[in-house]
Amino acid sequence: MPSQTLEGGFTEPAVQSATAFRSVMEAMARPGTCHTITGATPPSPLSKAAGAVLLTLCDTNTPLYLAGPTDTPEVRAWIAFHTGAPLVGPTVCAFAIGSWADLMPLDPYPIGTPDYPDRSATLIVETDTLPSEKAALIGPGIKDKAYLSLPDLAPIQINHRLFPLGLDFIFTSEATVTALPRSTQVS
Amino acid sequence: MTDQAYNFAYLDEQTKRMIRRAILKGLAVPGYQVPFASREMPMPYGWGTGGVQVSAAVMTTDDCFKVIDQGADDTTNAVSIRSFFKRTAGVKATTRTAEASIIQTRHRIPEDALTESQILVYQVPIPEPLRFLEPRESETRKMHSLEEYGLMHVKLYEDISRHGHIATSYAYPVKVEGRYVMDPSPIPKFDNPKLGDCPAIQLFGAGREQRIYALPPYTQVISLDFEDHPFDPSKADHACGLCGAEHSYLDEVIIDDAGGRMFVCSDTDFCRSRQEDGHKGKDAA
Repeated sequence: MPSQTLEGGFTEPAVQSATAFRSVMEAMARPGTCHTITGATPPSPLSKAAGAVLLTLCDTNTPLYLAGPTDTPEVRAWIAFHTGAPLVGPTVCAFAIGSWADLMPLDPYPIGTPDYPDRSATLIVETDTLPSEKAALIGPGIKDKAYLSLPDLAPIQINHRLFPLGLDFIFTSEATVTALPRSTQVS
Repeated sequence: MTDQAYNFAYLDEQTKRMIRRAILKGLAVPGYQVPFASREMPMPYGWGTGGVQVSAAVMTTDDCFKVIDQGADDTTNAVSIRSFFKRTAGVKATTRTAEASIIQTRHRIPEDALTESQILVYQVPIPEPLRFLEPRESETRKMHSLEEYGLMHVKLYEDISRHGHIATSYAYPVKVEGRYVMDPSPIPKFDNPKLGDCPAIQLFGAGREQRIYALPPYTQVISLDFEDHPFDPSKADHACGLCGAEHSYLDEVIIDDAGGRMFVCSDTDFCRSRQEDGHKGKDAA
């Protein structure tokens, strides 16, 4: 087994995952705000932030979909060793990870049911270069208005119209995490 | 001193991940009760097992922890939960609202305004606001999914027809962002206006009932009412006997067996800091 597979996890899981979760929670509670998240060194092409989010939230109970080029033998082995998350397709996943283009289209992902809107997927979107165009956000967690660079508006607007069903997005880039829950209205 | 026999903050990592996922869903769908696999805690149900699990899942080593029980920092429940996390997580504890980064509460919201760097964790006995109107979980779940809240308005209307006003004085139902009707836990309705537009993150944990729900900061929270019977966040019509505060929520304390009584702030930290600032009520020594 290559040593890369065994390395790159949290060195102090309890303490580091707690700090990492607070960043993710603050991001989800306050859409549009950016938070630092560190502690993980996953194999490329995963970013450090995405690695930390996976270690914090994924385990054997959360089916994971690796979209596009993230689906490499190294990444599969790293996720298997550190989280044990079963790897599945988009239709039954609890989490999905990849670039925006690779995760598209959004139709196949589970959006929850009217009785259980929580049974929906969370998409971890790896973003390297964001377009400079900024979208305005309003909704719970935002005082007046927040702004965030988004890869595309239309699918996110459609997702918001499904509320309380829909997908939640966690955007990761290097060591930064920001989030967009389904409750946020984007324009 | 951290108790090394336990994991940080008592719960194992897999349990915390499960709770953390539920908290994120709760924040994404404000007011919706997310089911979670509540664990047995080393305290009885009704003593805040839900709140303790939520606190354990969000706590970091840098946090400063405060617990209030009906506003008081010095009751058995508050003292024991505070020392529980001092032992198992090694966090600092405080009684001062302004110093705390996580405040676990049973049935009150602190009088001092909360800030963006704080998290308020509620202990919830019955998370389902419709439970006493409809005992079947399958039915209440359907009512939430169909946004069918007529029954709750009928209940408030029956209050008016029987008492002349809405007699519900605690656990007063609220509507979150125009979608879900939510039980704010048994806080007095005096506290309801503080739920909405609050800078802090508010998390609700019900251990026995296995539900977690949440209010992100600055969420719109409306107490249900009628045009001709608007919501009234009432309190006892007195000033605090110890600190003289006129706009805080008061407890009535019986002081002798001849009908004597006094009213004091339910928020002990608020009352103490006012007394330290030199405010004096009519019953102060």
